[in-house]
Amino acid sequence: MSYELLGIIVLWIFLYGYLIVASVDFGAGFFSYYSEITGNKQLIQPMIERYLSPVWEVTNVFLIFFMVGLIGFFPDTAYYYGTSLLIPGSIAVILLAIRGSYYAFSTYGAKNNRFYLFLYGASGWLIPAALSTVLIISEGGFIKVINGDVQFQYMELFTSSYAWTVVGLALISVLYISSMFLSYYAYKAKDHKAFEIVRKYALAWSLPTIVASFLVFFSIRNHNVEHFEKMVDLSWMFVISFICFIVAVYFVWKRKKLGWAFVFVMFQFAFAFFGYGASHLPYILYPYINIHEHFTNQTMAIALVTVFILGLLLLVPSLYLLMRLFLFDIKYVQGNKNPQK
Amino acid sequence: MFSTYDPVIFSRLLTSLTLAFHIIFATIGVGVPVMIALAEWIGIKRNDSHYLLLARRWARGFTITVAVGVVTGTAIGLQLSLLWPKFMQVAGQSIALPLFMETFAFFFEAIFLGIYLYTWDRFKNRMTHFYLLIPVVIGSSASAFFITIVNAFMNAPQGFDVDVLTGKIINVQPLVAMFNPATPTKVAHVLISAYLTSAFVLAGVAAISILRGRKHVYYKKALKLTMVSALIFSIGTAIIGDLSGKYLAEYQPEKLAAAEWHFETTDQAPLVIGGILTENNEVKYGLKIPLALSILAHGSPDAEVTGINDLPKDEIPPLWIHYMFDLMAIIGVTLMLIALTYVVGQRFGRWNVHNKGLLKLIVLGGPLAMLAIEFGWIFAEVGRQPWILRGYMKTTDAATTSGHVDIMLIVFALLYIVLGFTCVKVIRKMFKNYPAEEEIASKGGEVK
Repeated sequence: MSYELLGIIVLWIFLYGYLIVASVDFGAGFFSYYSEITGNKQLIQPMIERYLSPVWEVTNVFLIFFMVGLIGFFPDTAYYYGTSLLIPGSIAVILLAIRGSYYAFSTYGAKNNRFYLFLYGASGWLIPAALSTVLIISEGGFIKVINGDVQFQYMELFTSSYAWTVVGLALISVLYISSMFLSYYAYKAKDHKAFEIVRKYALAWSLPTIVASFLVFFSIRNHNVEHFEKMVDLSWMFVISFICFIVAVYFVWKRKKLGWAFVFVMFQFAFAFFGYGASHLPYILYPYINIHEHFTNQTMAIALVTVFILGLLLLVPSLYLLMRLFLFDIKYVQGNKNPQK
Repeated sequence: MFSTYDPVIFSRLLTSLTLAFHIIFATIGVGVPVMIALAEWIGIKRNDSHYLLLARRWARGFTITVAVGVVTGTAIGLQLSLLWPKFMQVAGQSIALPLFMETFAFFFEAIFLGIYLYTWDRFKNRMTHFYLLIPVVIGSSASAFFITIVNAFMNAPQGFDVDVLTGKIINVQPLVAMFNPATPTKVAHVLISAYLTSAFVLAGVAAISILRGRKHVYYKKALKLTMVSALIFSIGTAIIGDLSGKYLAEYQPEKLAAAEWHFETTDQAPLVIGGILTENNEVKYGLKIPLALSILAHGSPDAEVTGINDLPKDEIPPLWIHYMFDLMAIIGVTLMLIALTYVVGQRFGRWNVHNKGLLKLIVLGGPLAMLAIEFGWIFAEVGRQPWILRGYMKTTDAATTSGHVDIMLIVFALLYIVLGFTCVKVIRKMFKNYPAEEEIASKGGEVK
């Protein structure tokens, strides 16, 4: 396999990882606030906190990793995306900043501060929409290069139906992924009351998610025919994704095999996301940046891949330890091992 | 203030603002884990629950600062590409390796910090919990190490060639780029000054408590631990600071000359402290220490030090960095003296080291140390102007051409004000509502 293909696959895996863990995290913040205003606070919040507190910082690293890796492997992305994304990128940064800090403020510091909880919940829900701008402009049509200067077409973005369908999918799927995860977590914790609540959330958001996915699929046709045709060539991946969705929702509906239900949610998004990614190749930014012509120099590529492998040797056992202690430790999940008072 | 929109100026302002804010939390993020580790280790070794509690309470406050550190770090990470796209394009080719490694260090730290904070009472052997802190310390110091390498590269770029015809970067040698001449002194100075600052900030917290009439031995133990550490770190900072001066004389003479208002190339050069510069570039009212600059630069009073007049005019940094250098150095010396007074007094003196005067100085030491960090960074960064990559790329050529950087500057300024304000408020509330005496009592300890 060529280095550039390896590079983009590694980055795509990390972006996928971020998509899953961040959705769980962002959606949980939203539900945490929602439970506060609907009066289910006592049922939902301790559970969410138990899962999120040890992992929230890790979530952020996935994003940084993707970004640094993208610039490392494909340095020209810094120039094009950097110049064009000033406003959407800054909005994402601000939302991330508000969310991260107010999460910590409301979890470790000023408990029961409704306003902090609101900032944390609302900002988290909007971050995926802000970040999805990167995917939107990667389809092309939103950037013009005039005399060597990159110029972002804001009006094109705001009037694009494609852009809005992606934003819609981002907003909805966050709630779907998150509530599916919380269902699993509550089920495992044998917290039946919490489970019934989050199960309702999960089922409620499942249909909108699939509708939004279809809308994105078809709106690519209007926006970038070339890409759409490649997606049709890979349509089997999207079909598998849909089947995984059905299985996941079925399990939740029947209140059984909740662990498998979430695994199928992960498959659902994996197939859709990698199908989308594979059909997008070779372009990173259509039509300006592709993985072959804008790859970094050979030496740096080898260095990055080497460090990546060494890094994984460090990360995988560490992540395993983290999950063993907080995700797969039944006593901890059930709240019998209390975190620090 | 600015009549015309210039993306370069606004990009510089916004980057400075974000970094200035981030550095406060980054410094704490690098230094405090070391102090927590020290306290927990002493606590376990001496079987002294006060030190264990100290580690625990520091860790609790630390989570809040880590959160702000992480989010502002994310901000500067993204802003580098948003505000300096052409620089990042070059950096991606040449210096991506330490940037990439930094994310691994950060990952490592994040994972183990999460585990550490939530497993205080989960292991039978207390050392198991202590060991969890080691990766946190390694991770936080390693991320400072790698990110400072990137900065060192901007000061002393090497390990690549520029193709004369295409202007493209060729013959990249990632390790040569990483271990450039600026790396050793920069990294060492950043790390040890972060440890020093954190020790002083924590000492200040203990000193405030004692000043407010808290009499428990817990506070005295906290003060002793932090002040002894501060003395060691301040001596280290001074030694490495001296080596940094020698680095500058060798590789970045324009930065040293501007910092010292040294115009004519001479031997036996004096060091100037303070003063003002007249229109004819004459130094007035400054305190001149004979020979000191030659010693700082080359380790010998007879050594020749390059002056500003012998360097290209358009490559001279702004001369006001002189004040930044002075303030940083004066604060460094002051901190060392404060720590020395405490340690000598505590060990050999017959007077009470918990007297109001010294305690007040220690309290002042925390913010002063933080200011020295800021001054030092301003000196280092403005001192390499007009370059973003010294000798290769000017700052003006690297900035974004995008509109609206001015609006972003205002928005981010507001964000940092709000974050800073809430952060202080939350931390104060955390400790005010639950003082150490109460926590000691709740764990079955005695209240004195």
